[in-house]
Amino acid sequence: MRTLRPDLEVIFSHVAPGSRVLDVGCGDGVLLAALRDERGCDARGMEIEPGNVAECVAKGLSVIQGDADKDLTFYPDDSVDYAILSQTLQTTHRPDKVLEELLRIGRRAFVSFPNFAHWRVRLSLLWGGRMPVTRLLPVAWYETPNIHHVTVDDFRALVGKRGIRVERAWFLTGDKRTSAAAANFRAEHAVFLLSR
Amino acid sequence: MATAPLLAEARELELAEPLALDCGQRLQGVRIAFETYGRLDADNANTILIFHATTGDQHVASINPRTGKPGWWDRMVGPGKPIDTDRFFVLCANVLGGCMGSTGPSSLAADGAPYAMRFPVITIRDMVRAQVALLDSLGIERLHAAAGGSMGGMQALSLAANWPDRVERVLAIAATATMGAQNIAFQEVGRQAIMADPNWQGGHYYGTGKAPDAGLAVARMAAHITYLSEASLTEKFGRRLQDRTQKSFGFDADFQVESYLRHQGLSFISRFDANSYLYITRAMSYFDLAEEHGGRLAEAFAATTARFCVVSFDSDWLYPTEVSRRLVHGLNAAGAPVSFVELSAPFGHDSFLLEVPALDRVVRGFLDQ
Repeated sequence: MRTLRPDLEVIFSHVAPGSRVLDVGCGDGVLLAALRDERGCDARGMEIEPGNVAECVAKGLSVIQGDADKDLTFYPDDSVDYAILSQTLQTTHRPDKVLEELLRIGRRAFVSFPNFAHWRVRLSLLWGGRMPVTRLLPVAWYETPNIHHVTVDDFRALVGKRGIRVERAWFLTGDKRTSAAAANFRAEHAVFLLSR
Repeated sequence: MATAPLLAEARELELAEPLALDCGQRLQGVRIAFETYGRLDADNANTILIFHATTGDQHVASINPRTGKPGWWDRMVGPGKPIDTDRFFVLCANVLGGCMGSTGPSSLAADGAPYAMRFPVITIRDMVRAQVALLDSLGIERLHAAAGGSMGGMQALSLAANWPDRVERVLAIAATATMGAQNIAFQEVGRQAIMADPNWQGGHYYGTGKAPDAGLAVARMAAHITYLSEASLTEKFGRRLQDRTQKSFGFDADFQVESYLRHQGLSFISRFDANSYLYITRAMSYFDLAEEHGGRLAEAFAATTARFCVVSFDSDWLYPTEVSRRLVHGLNAAGAPVSFVELSAPFGHDSFLLEVPALDRVVRGFLDQ
Protein backbone atom coordinates (compact mmCIF):
# COMPACT_ATOMS: atom_id res chain seq x y z
CA MET A 1 0.00 0.00 0.00
CA ARG A 2 1.32 3.38 -0.89
CA THR A 3 1.12 6.12 1.67
CA LEU A 4 1.57 9.69 0.60
CA ARG A 5 2.69 12.48 2.86
CA PRO A 6 -0.44 14.31 4.09
CA ASP A 7 0.09 17.39 1.90
CA LEU A 8 0.73 15.18 -1.13
CA GLU A 9 -2.44 13.20 -0.37
CA VAL A 10 -4.39 16.47 -0.49
CA ILE A 11 -2.83 17.39 -3.82
CA PHE A 12 -3.26 13.88 -5.20
CA SER A 13 -6.94 13.77 -4.42
CA HIS A 14 -7.64 17.16 -5.99
CA VAL A 15 -5.86 16.74 -9.32
CA ALA A 16 -8.38 16.07 -12.06
CA PRO A 17 -7.84 12.66 -13.70
CA GLY A 18 -6.05 12.72 -17.03
CA SER A 19 -4.53 16.15 -16.52
CA ARG A 20 -1.01 17.27 -17.33
CA VAL A 21 1.06 17.82 -14.23
CA LEU A 22 4.52 19.19 -13.49
CA ASP A 23 5.84 18.46 -9.99
CA VAL A 24 8.66 20.84 -9.21
CA GLY A 25 10.90 19.33 -6.55
CA CYS A 26 9.34 15.91 -7.07
CA GLY A 27 11.85 14.03 -4.89
CA ASP A 28 11.78 10.31 -5.60
CA GLY A 29 8.62 10.72 -7.67
CA VAL A 30 6.11 9.14 -5.28
CA LEU A 31 3.38 11.69 -6.08
CA LEU A 32 4.07 11.59 -9.82
CA ALA A 33 3.90 7.80 -9.89
CA ALA A 34 0.59 7.85 -8.02
CA LEU A 35 -0.83 10.49 -10.36
CA ARG A 36 0.28 8.54 -13.39
CA ASP A 37 -0.83 5.12 -12.19
CA GLU A 38 -4.05 5.97 -10.39
CA ARG A 39 -5.20 9.18 -12.03
CA GLY A 40 -3.99 8.60 -15.60
CA CYS A 41 -2.08 11.88 -15.56
CA ASP A 42 0.69 12.95 -17.90
CA ALA A 43 3.01 13.43 -14.94
CA ARG A 44 6.40 15.10 -15.28
CA GLY A 45 8.83 16.36 -12.72
CA MET A 46 11.83 18.49 -11.92
CA GLU A 47 14.23 17.56 -9.16
CA ILE A 48 17.56 18.94 -8.03
CA GLU A 49 19.09 15.77 -6.50
CA PRO A 50 20.62 13.47 -9.16
CA GLY A 51 20.03 10.37 -7.03
CA ASN A 52 16.33 11.17 -6.84
CA VAL A 53 16.18 11.84 -10.58
CA ALA A 54 17.77 8.47 -11.27
CA GLU A 55 15.18 6.83 -9.04
CA CYS A 56 12.37 8.62 -10.89
CA VAL A 57 13.73 7.54 -14.26
CA ALA A 58 13.92 3.99 -12.95
CA LYS A 59 10.19 4.29 -12.12
CA GLY A 60 9.57 5.22 -15.73
CA LEU A 61 8.81 8.86 -14.92
CA SER A 62 9.88 11.81 -17.04
CA VAL A 63 11.92 13.90 -14.67
CA ILE A 64 14.46 16.57 -15.41
CA GLN A 65 17.31 17.41 -13.13
CA GLY A 66 16.98 21.08 -12.51
CA ASP A 67 16.73 23.93 -10.08
CA ALA A 68 13.36 25.59 -9.47
CA ASP A 69 15.11 28.97 -9.25
CA LYS A 70 16.73 28.71 -12.68
CA ASP A 71 15.31 26.01 -14.84
CA LEU A 72 11.56 26.63 -14.88
CA THR A 73 12.25 28.96 -17.82
CA PHE A 74 12.67 25.71 -19.82
CA TYR A 75 8.93 25.16 -19.84
CA PRO A 76 6.64 26.85 -22.34
CA ASP A 77 3.61 28.87 -21.20
CA ASP A 78 0.50 26.85 -20.40
CA SER A 79 2.29 23.57 -20.85
CA VAL A 80 0.53 21.83 -17.95
CA ASP A 81 -2.81 21.93 -16.16
CA TYR A 82 -1.21 21.86 -12.73
CA ALA A 83 2.22 22.89 -11.55
CA ILE A 84 2.99 21.44 -8.13
CA LEU A 85 5.47 22.77 -5.63
CA SER A 86 5.38 20.70 -2.48
CA GLN A 87 7.61 21.60 0.45
CA THR A 88 10.00 23.34 -1.90
CA LEU A 89 8.94 27.01 -1.88
CA GLN A 90 10.87 27.73 1.29
CA THR A 91 14.07 26.30 -0.23
CA THR A 92 14.12 28.60 -3.27
CA HIS A 93 16.10 31.82 -3.57
CA ARG A 94 13.19 33.81 -4.94
CA PRO A 95 9.92 32.21 -3.93
CA ASP A 96 7.94 35.06 -5.51
CA LYS A 97 9.55 34.50 -8.92
CA VAL A 98 9.08 30.75 -8.63
CA LEU A 99 5.37 31.30 -7.96
CA GLU A 100 5.12 33.48 -11.05
CA GLU A 101 6.82 30.80 -13.12
CA LEU A 102 4.51 28.09 -11.78
CA LEU A 103 1.46 30.05 -12.87
CA ARG A 104 2.98 30.82 -16.24
CA ILE A 105 3.62 27.13 -16.92
CA GLY A 106 0.43 25.83 -15.32
CA ARG A 107 -3.08 27.20 -15.38
CA ARG A 108 -3.24 26.20 -11.74
CA ALA A 109 -0.62 25.57 -9.12
CA PHE A 110 -0.59 23.57 -5.90
CA VAL A 111 1.84 24.97 -3.38
CA SER A 112 2.50 23.37 -0.01
CA PHE A 113 4.87 24.56 2.68
CA PRO A 114 5.55 24.21 6.39
CA ASN A 115 4.02 27.07 8.36
CA PHE A 116 6.68 28.94 10.32
CA ALA A 117 4.02 30.56 12.50
CA HIS A 118 2.79 27.26 13.91
CA TRP A 119 2.51 27.56 17.69
CA ARG A 120 5.32 25.08 18.34
CA VAL A 121 7.65 27.14 16.20
CA ARG A 122 6.57 30.31 17.97
CA LEU A 123 7.06 28.74 21.38
CA SER A 124 10.44 27.45 20.48
CA LEU A 125 11.61 30.84 19.34
CA LEU A 126 9.84 32.75 22.10
CA TRP A 127 10.92 30.59 25.08
CA GLY A 128 14.03 28.96 23.72
CA GLY A 129 15.33 31.97 21.84
CA ARG A 130 16.72 29.52 19.30
CA MET A 131 15.80 28.73 15.73
CA PRO A 132 13.10 26.08 15.99
CA VAL A 133 13.81 22.44 15.35
CA THR A 134 10.45 20.71 15.16
CA ARG A 135 8.88 17.64 13.60
CA LEU A 136 8.33 19.50 10.34
CA LEU A 137 11.52 21.52 10.50
CA PRO A 138 13.87 18.86 11.81
CA VAL A 139 17.16 20.34 10.64
CA ALA A 140 19.28 22.91 12.49
CA TRP A 141 19.47 26.42 11.03
CA TYR A 142 22.97 26.00 9.64
CA GLU A 143 22.22 22.96 7.52
CA THR A 144 18.56 23.32 6.68
CA PRO A 145 17.71 23.69 2.98
CA ASN A 146 14.92 26.04 4.07
CA ILE A 147 16.22 29.52 3.40
CA HIS A 148 12.95 31.45 3.15
CA HIS A 149 10.73 30.50 6.05
CA VAL A 150 7.19 31.53 5.41
CA THR A 151 3.95 31.65 7.40
CA VAL A 152 0.41 31.09 6.23
CA ASP A 153 -0.33 34.81 6.59
CA ASP A 154 2.87 35.80 4.74
CA PHE A 155 1.85 33.57 1.89
CA ARG A 156 -1.68 34.93 1.80
CA ALA A 157 -0.25 38.45 1.71
CA LEU A 158 2.14 37.62 -1.15
CA VAL A 159 -0.48 36.02 -3.38
CA GLY A 160 -2.89 38.88 -2.56
CA LYS A 161 -0.34 41.45 -3.57
CA ARG A 162 0.46 39.62 -6.81
CA GLY A 163 -3.21 39.28 -7.75
CA ILE A 164 -3.02 35.48 -7.63
CA ARG A 165 -6.31 33.75 -6.96
CA VAL A 166 -6.56 31.27 -4.11
CA GLU A 167 -9.05 28.67 -5.30
CA ARG A 168 -8.77 26.49 -2.22
CA ALA A 169 -6.58 26.02 0.77
CA TRP A 170 -6.06 23.13 3.16
CA PHE A 171 -4.38 23.32 6.52
CA LEU A 172 -2.91 20.32 8.24
CA THR A 173 -1.61 19.35 11.63
CA GLY A 174 -0.01 15.98 11.20
CA ASP A 175 -2.52 14.27 8.93
CA LYS A 176 -5.53 16.11 10.40
CA ARG A 177 -7.23 19.10 8.87
CA THR A 178 -7.44 22.33 10.76
CA SER A 179 -9.64 25.37 10.10
CA ALA A 180 -8.62 28.25 7.89
CA ALA A 181 -9.41 30.83 10.55
CA ALA A 182 -6.72 29.80 13.02
CA ALA A 183 -4.44 28.31 10.42
CA ASN A 184 -1.59 30.72 10.92
CA PHE A 185 -1.33 29.55 14.52
CA ARG A 186 -2.51 25.95 14.34
CA ALA A 187 -1.46 24.58 10.96
CA GLU A 188 1.85 22.78 10.56
CA HIS A 189 1.39 22.52 6.80
CA ALA A 190 -0.53 24.53 4.31
CA VAL A 191 -1.58 23.53 0.81
CA PHE A 192 -2.86 26.20 -1.56
CA LEU A 193 -4.49 25.74 -4.93
CA LEU A 194 -3.74 28.88 -6.92
CA SER A 195 -4.75 30.18 -10.30
CA ARG A 196 -3.96 33.25 -12.37
CA MET B 1 33.21 -15.56 -12.13
CA ALA B 2 33.74 -15.45 -15.85
CA THR B 3 30.64 -15.25 -17.94
CA ALA B 4 30.38 -17.14 -21.18
CA PRO B 5 30.95 -14.94 -24.20
CA LEU B 6 27.67 -13.61 -25.46
CA LEU B 7 26.51 -15.21 -28.66
CA ALA B 8 26.39 -12.47 -31.20
CA GLU B 9 25.38 -13.02 -34.73
CA ALA B 10 27.53 -11.10 -37.20
CA ARG B 11 25.65 -10.25 -40.35
CA GLU B 12 25.91 -8.12 -43.42
CA LEU B 13 23.36 -6.48 -45.66
CA GLU B 14 23.73 -4.98 -49.09
CA LEU B 15 21.09 -2.36 -49.81
CA ALA B 16 19.18 -3.08 -53.01
CA GLU B 17 18.37 0.58 -53.53
CA PRO B 18 20.92 3.40 -53.74
CA LEU B 19 21.08 5.53 -50.60
CA ALA B 20 20.10 9.17 -51.21
CA LEU B 21 22.52 11.31 -49.21
CA ASP B 22 22.21 14.82 -47.78
CA CYS B 23 24.92 16.05 -50.18
CA GLY B 24 22.67 15.15 -53.10
CA GLN B 25 24.54 12.07 -54.26
CA ARG B 26 23.07 8.58 -54.41
CA LEU B 27 25.38 5.91 -53.12
CA GLN B 28 25.09 2.53 -54.85
CA GLY B 29 25.64 -0.87 -53.31
CA VAL B 30 25.85 0.24 -49.69
CA ARG B 31 26.84 -2.58 -47.37
CA ILE B 32 26.03 -2.54 -43.69
CA ALA B 33 27.85 -4.81 -41.25
CA PHE B 34 25.88 -5.41 -38.08
CA GLU B 35 25.48 -7.69 -35.10
CA THR B 36 22.39 -8.93 -33.37
CA TYR B 37 21.91 -10.26 -29.86
CA GLY B 38 18.89 -11.96 -28.38
CA ARG B 39 15.66 -12.79 -30.18
CA LEU B 40 13.13 -10.73 -32.03
CA ASP B 41 9.75 -11.34 -30.38
CA ALA B 42 6.65 -12.41 -32.28
CA ASP B 43 5.29 -8.91 -32.83
CA ASN B 44 8.65 -7.36 -33.76
CA ALA B 45 8.39 -4.94 -30.85
CA ASN B 46 11.45 -5.62 -28.71
CA THR B 47 14.32 -4.23 -30.75
CA ILE B 48 16.87 -1.88 -29.24
CA LEU B 49 19.11 -0.25 -31.81
CA ILE B 50 22.46 0.80 -30.39
CA PHE B 51 24.43 3.40 -32.28
CA HIS B 52 28.18 3.42 -31.76
CA ALA B 53 30.40 6.44 -31.15
CA THR B 54 32.99 8.00 -33.49
CA THR B 55 35.52 5.19 -33.50
CA GLY B 56 33.28 2.42 -32.22
CA ASP B 57 31.92 -0.49 -34.20
CA GLN B 58 29.20 -3.11 -34.32
CA HIS B 59 30.94 -5.31 -31.75
CA VAL B 60 28.98 -3.82 -28.91
CA ALA B 61 29.17 -6.88 -26.67
CA SER B 62 31.14 -9.49 -28.56
CA ILE B 63 34.87 -10.02 -28.79
CA ASN B 64 36.24 -7.50 -31.25
CA PRO B 65 37.99 -9.55 -33.96
CA ARG B 66 40.59 -6.85 -34.63
CA THR B 67 41.61 -6.16 -31.04
CA GLY B 68 40.63 -9.39 -29.32
CA LYS B 69 39.06 -7.29 -26.59
CA PRO B 70 35.50 -7.44 -25.24
CA GLY B 71 32.89 -5.27 -26.97
CA TRP B 72 32.86 -1.57 -26.21
CA TRP B 73 29.61 -1.73 -24.22
CA ASP B 74 30.02 -5.21 -22.85
CA ARG B 75 29.24 -3.95 -19.37
CA MET B 76 25.86 -2.57 -20.49
CA VAL B 77 24.64 -5.14 -23.02
CA GLY B 78 24.08 -8.82 -22.30
CA PRO B 79 21.87 -11.32 -20.49
CA GLY B 80 20.54 -9.68 -17.32
CA LYS B 81 22.48 -6.48 -17.98
CA PRO B 82 20.80 -3.06 -18.21
CA ILE B 83 20.24 -3.60 -21.94
CA ASP B 84 19.04 -7.11 -21.36
CA THR B 85 19.53 -9.44 -24.32
CA ASP B 86 17.27 -12.01 -22.64
CA ARG B 87 14.41 -9.58 -23.21
CA PHE B 88 15.47 -7.40 -26.07
CA PHE B 89 16.65 -7.98 -29.60
CA VAL B 90 19.74 -5.80 -29.72
CA LEU B 91 21.02 -4.51 -32.99
CA CYS B 92 24.27 -2.61 -33.60
CA ALA B 93 25.64 -1.69 -37.02
CA ASN B 94 28.89 -0.19 -38.18
CA VAL B 95 28.17 3.36 -39.38
CA LEU B 96 28.15 4.39 -42.99
CA GLY B 97 31.63 5.77 -43.64
CA GLY B 98 33.15 3.33 -41.16
CA CYS B 99 35.85 0.77 -41.68
CA MET B 100 34.55 -2.35 -39.93
CA GLY B 101 32.55 -3.79 -42.79
CA SER B 102 30.06 -1.07 -43.66
CA THR B 103 30.63 0.97 -46.80
CA GLY B 104 33.16 3.72 -46.28
CA PRO B 105 36.06 5.41 -48.04
CA SER B 106 38.17 2.24 -47.92
CA SER B 107 35.45 0.22 -49.69
CA LEU B 108 35.71 -0.52 -53.36
CA ALA B 109 33.77 1.72 -55.70
CA ALA B 110 32.11 0.46 -58.89
CA ASP B 111 35.43 0.72 -60.76
CA GLY B 112 37.06 -1.77 -58.40
CA ALA B 113 39.33 0.79 -56.71
CA PRO B 114 38.77 2.10 -53.19
CA TYR B 115 36.61 5.23 -53.00
CA ALA B 116 39.22 7.13 -50.95
CA MET B 117 38.31 10.81 -51.30
CA ARG B 118 35.77 10.04 -53.99
CA PHE B 119 33.53 8.86 -51.16
CA PRO B 120 30.78 11.44 -50.71
CA VAL B 121 30.81 13.60 -47.60
CA ILE B 122 28.14 12.12 -45.33
CA THR B 123 26.14 13.42 -42.40
CA ILE B 124 24.89 11.94 -39.17
CA ARG B 125 21.47 11.78 -40.83
CA ASP B 126 22.97 9.74 -43.67
CA MET B 127 24.40 7.29 -41.15
CA VAL B 128 20.93 6.94 -39.64
CA ARG B 129 19.36 6.67 -43.10
CA ALA B 130 21.51 3.60 -43.74
CA GLN B 131 20.37 2.07 -40.45
CA VAL B 132 16.72 2.79 -41.21
CA ALA B 133 17.24 0.88 -44.46
CA LEU B 134 18.63 -1.94 -42.34
CA LEU B 135 15.53 -1.87 -40.12
CA ASP B 136 13.35 -1.97 -43.24
CA SER B 137 15.17 -5.01 -44.50
CA LEU B 138 14.73 -6.77 -41.17
CA GLY B 139 11.02 -5.89 -41.07
CA ILE B 140 11.37 -3.82 -37.91
CA GLU B 141 8.83 -1.03 -38.18
CA ARG B 142 9.20 0.45 -34.72
CA LEU B 143 12.02 0.24 -32.21
CA HIS B 144 11.49 -0.31 -28.52
CA ALA B 145 14.42 2.05 -28.12
CA ALA B 146 17.38 3.68 -29.82
CA ALA B 147 20.39 4.31 -27.63
CA GLY B 148 23.89 5.65 -27.88
CA GLY B 149 26.63 7.68 -26.28
CA SER B 150 28.44 10.60 -27.87
CA MET B 151 28.05 10.34 -31.68
CA GLY B 152 25.78 7.35 -30.99
CA GLY B 153 23.48 9.62 -29.01
CA MET B 154 23.44 12.10 -31.89
CA GLN B 155 22.31 9.35 -34.26
CA ALA B 156 19.57 8.31 -31.83
CA LEU B 157 18.37 11.94 -31.72
CA SER B 158 18.55 12.22 -35.49
CA LEU B 159 16.44 9.08 -35.81
CA ALA B 160 13.75 10.52 -33.55
CA ALA B 161 13.80 13.86 -35.36
CA ASN B 162 13.76 12.53 -38.92
CA TRP B 163 11.94 9.22 -38.58
CA PRO B 164 9.66 10.03 -35.65
CA ASP B 165 7.40 7.02 -36.06
CA ARG B 166 10.24 4.50 -35.95
CA VAL B 167 11.19 4.77 -32.29
CA GLU B 168 9.46 4.72 -28.91
CA ARG B 169 12.32 5.56 -26.58
CA VAL B 170 15.49 7.52 -27.17
CA LEU B 171 18.46 7.34 -24.86
CA ALA B 172 21.13 9.97 -25.59
CA ILE B 173 24.15 9.83 -23.30
CA ALA B 174 26.92 12.45 -23.29
CA ALA B 175 25.63 13.78 -26.59
CA THR B 176 24.49 17.03 -28.14
CA ALA B 177 21.92 18.24 -30.64
CA THR B 178 24.34 20.76 -32.10
CA MET B 179 28.08 20.41 -32.53
CA GLY B 180 29.73 23.38 -30.87
CA ALA B 181 32.73 25.40 -32.01
CA GLN B 182 35.17 23.83 -29.55
CA ASN B 183 34.32 20.33 -30.72
CA ILE B 184 34.49 21.30 -34.40
CA ALA B 185 37.91 22.75 -33.58
CA PHE B 186 39.17 19.50 -32.04
CA GLN B 187 37.78 17.52 -34.97
CA GLU B 188 39.63 19.84 -37.36
CA VAL B 189 42.89 19.29 -35.48
CA GLY B 190 42.47 15.55 -35.98
CA ARG B 191 41.75 15.88 -39.67
CA GLN B 192 44.64 18.26 -40.24
CA ALA B 193 47.01 15.88 -38.46
CA ILE B 194 46.03 13.14 -40.90
CA MET B 195 46.13 15.32 -44.00
CA ALA B 196 49.50 16.80 -43.01
CA ASP B 197 51.03 13.32 -43.02
CA PRO B 198 52.79 12.90 -46.41
CA ASN B 199 51.70 9.26 -46.40
CA TRP B 200 48.12 10.43 -46.67
CA GLN B 201 48.78 11.15 -50.36
CA GLY B 202 45.62 13.11 -50.90
CA GLY B 203 43.69 10.20 -49.42
CA HIS B 204 44.81 7.69 -52.06
CA TYR B 205 47.10 5.67 -49.87
CA TYR B 206 45.32 2.33 -50.26
CA GLY B 207 47.57 -0.26 -51.86
CA THR B 208 50.65 1.96 -51.71
CA GLY B 209 52.12 0.23 -48.68
CA LYS B 210 52.16 3.56 -46.87
CA ALA B 211 49.32 4.91 -44.74
CA PRO B 212 49.11 8.15 -42.71
CA ASP B 213 49.72 6.24 -39.49
CA ALA B 214 51.62 9.05 -37.78
CA GLY B 215 48.89 11.56 -38.59
CA LEU B 216 46.11 9.24 -37.49
CA ALA B 217 47.95 8.44 -34.26
CA VAL B 218 48.31 12.16 -33.46
CA ALA B 219 44.63 12.68 -34.25
CA ARG B 220 43.77 9.89 -31.82
CA MET B 221 46.10 11.22 -29.14
CA ALA B 222 44.52 14.67 -29.28
CA ALA B 223 41.00 13.26 -29.32
CA HIS B 224 41.76 10.85 -26.51
CA ILE B 225 42.66 13.73 -24.21
CA THR B 226 39.23 15.23 -24.82
CA TYR B 227 37.57 11.98 -23.78
CA LEU B 228 39.17 12.06 -20.33
CA SER B 229 39.13 14.52 -17.47
CA GLU B 230 41.97 16.38 -15.91
CA ALA B 231 41.22 14.68 -12.62
CA SER B 232 41.37 11.20 -14.13
CA LEU B 233 44.61 11.96 -15.98
CA THR B 234 46.13 13.38 -12.82
CA GLU B 235 45.06 10.41 -10.76
CA LYS B 236 46.19 7.87 -13.33
CA PHE B 237 49.53 9.46 -14.25
CA GLY B 238 50.26 12.63 -12.36
CA ARG B 239 53.81 13.68 -13.24
CA ARG B 240 55.13 10.15 -12.86
CA LEU B 241 57.96 9.14 -15.16
CA GLN B 242 57.83 6.16 -17.49
CA ASP B 243 60.35 3.38 -16.67
CA ARG B 244 62.99 5.87 -15.56
CA THR B 245 63.99 7.79 -12.50
CA GLN B 246 65.05 11.02 -14.18
CA LYS B 247 63.99 13.13 -17.08
CA SER B 248 65.98 12.27 -20.20
CA PHE B 249 66.49 15.84 -21.40
CA GLY B 250 65.32 14.54 -24.73
CA PHE B 251 62.03 13.92 -26.47
CA ASP B 252 61.34 10.36 -25.50
CA ALA B 253 58.17 9.58 -23.64
CA ASP B 254 59.55 10.64 -20.25
CA PHE B 255 56.16 10.93 -18.63
CA GLN B 256 53.74 8.06 -18.17
CA VAL B 257 50.99 10.13 -19.69
CA GLU B 258 53.08 10.60 -22.84
CA SER B 259 53.75 6.90 -23.09
CA TYR B 260 50.06 6.16 -22.54
CA LEU B 261 48.98 8.54 -25.30
CA ARG B 262 51.54 7.13 -27.72
CA HIS B 263 50.22 3.69 -26.98
CA GLN B 264 46.65 4.88 -27.57
CA GLY B 265 47.70 6.36 -30.91
CA LEU B 266 49.55 3.22 -32.01
CA SER B 267 46.84 0.78 -31.07
CA PHE B 268 44.30 2.96 -32.87
CA ILE B 269 46.05 2.86 -36.25
CA SER B 270 45.91 -0.94 -36.25
CA ARG B 271 42.11 -0.88 -36.13
CA PHE B 272 41.01 2.28 -37.89
CA ASP B 273 41.18 3.78 -41.36
CA ALA B 274 42.41 7.38 -41.59
CA ASN B 275 39.94 8.38 -44.29
CA SER B 276 37.07 6.95 -42.26
CA TYR B 277 38.25 9.20 -39.45
CA LEU B 278 38.06 12.20 -41.77
CA TYR B 279 34.57 11.40 -43.03
CA ILE B 280 33.09 10.49 -39.65
CA THR B 281 34.44 13.56 -37.87
CA ARG B 282 33.24 15.69 -40.80
CA ALA B 283 29.75 14.30 -40.32
CA MET B 284 29.96 15.21 -36.65
CA SER B 285 31.13 18.75 -37.37
CA TYR B 286 28.15 19.23 -39.69
CA PHE B 287 25.68 17.98 -37.10
CA ASP B 288 23.06 20.52 -36.05
CA LEU B 289 19.55 19.20 -35.50
CA ALA B 290 18.17 22.71 -35.08
CA GLU B 291 19.62 23.89 -38.38
CA GLU B 292 18.08 20.88 -40.11
CA HIS B 293 14.69 22.00 -38.82
CA GLY B 294 14.46 25.68 -39.52
CA GLY B 295 16.78 26.80 -36.73
CA ARG B 296 14.49 25.76 -33.90
CA LEU B 297 15.45 22.64 -32.00
CA ALA B 298 11.88 22.19 -30.75
CA GLU B 299 10.78 21.88 -34.40
CA ALA B 300 13.10 18.91 -34.81
CA PHE B 301 11.05 17.02 -32.24
CA ALA B 302 7.61 18.36 -33.15
CA ALA B 303 6.42 15.09 -34.71
CA THR B 304 7.96 12.60 -32.31
CA THR B 305 5.94 10.62 -29.81
CA ALA B 306 9.02 9.02 -28.28
CA ARG B 307 10.08 9.34 -24.66
CA PHE B 308 13.58 10.68 -24.19
CA CYS B 309 16.24 10.14 -21.59
CA VAL B 310 19.21 12.49 -21.67
CA VAL B 311 22.25 11.81 -19.50
CA SER B 312 25.36 13.93 -19.00
CA PHE B 313 28.39 13.55 -16.75
CA ASP B 314 29.75 16.25 -14.50
CA SER B 315 33.36 15.62 -15.56
CA ASP B 316 32.61 15.62 -19.33
CA TRP B 317 34.01 18.84 -20.75
CA LEU B 318 33.69 17.73 -24.38
CA TYR B 319 29.89 17.44 -24.26
CA PRO B 320 29.24 19.26 -21.00
CA THR B 321 25.96 19.24 -19.12
CA GLU B 322 25.10 22.60 -20.63
CA VAL B 323 24.67 21.12 -24.11
CA SER B 324 22.46 18.37 -22.71
CA ARG B 325 20.39 21.05 -21.00
CA ARG B 326 19.92 22.85 -24.29
CA LEU B 327 18.75 19.61 -25.82
CA VAL B 328 16.34 19.04 -22.93
CA HIS B 329 15.10 22.59 -23.33
CA GLY B 330 14.29 21.89 -26.98
CA LEU B 331 12.55 18.62 -26.12
CA ASN B 332 10.54 20.35 -23.42
CA ALA B 333 9.51 23.09 -25.77
CA ALA B 334 8.30 20.39 -28.15
CA GLY B 335 6.29 18.85 -25.31
CA ALA B 336 8.20 15.58 -25.55
CA PRO B 337 8.33 13.44 -22.40
CA VAL B 338 11.93 13.79 -21.33
CA SER B 339 14.07 12.79 -18.39
CA PHE B 340 17.42 14.35 -17.78
CA VAL B 341 20.09 13.61 -15.24
CA GLU B 342 23.64 14.77 -14.77
CA LEU B 343 25.53 11.90 -13.20
CA SER B 344 28.66 12.28 -11.16
CA ALA B 345 31.55 10.27 -12.58
CA PRO B 346 35.27 11.00 -12.68
CA PHE B 347 36.13 9.73 -16.15
CA GLY B 348 35.19 12.66 -18.37
CA HIS B 349 33.40 12.05 -21.66
CA ASP B 350 34.36 8.36 -21.59
CA SER B 351 32.22 7.89 -18.46
CA PHE B 352 29.45 6.45 -20.63
CA LEU B 353 31.69 3.48 -21.42
CA LEU B 354 32.99 2.91 -17.92
CA GLU B 355 31.91 1.77 -14.49
CA VAL B 356 29.17 4.21 -13.47
CA PRO B 357 26.55 2.20 -11.55
CA ALA B 358 24.09 5.12 -11.54
CA LEU B 359 24.08 5.00 -15.34
CA ASP B 360 23.17 1.32 -15.27
CA ARG B 361 20.16 2.09 -13.07
CA VAL B 362 19.01 4.92 -15.29
CA VAL B 363 19.41 2.89 -18.49
CA ARG B 364 17.63 -0.15 -17.07
CA GLY B 365 14.80 1.92 -15.62
CA PHE B 366 14.28 3.92 -18.77
CA LEU B 367 14.23 0.88 -21.06
CA ASP B 368 12.02 -1.20 -18.74
CA GLN B 369 9.17 1.24 -18.41
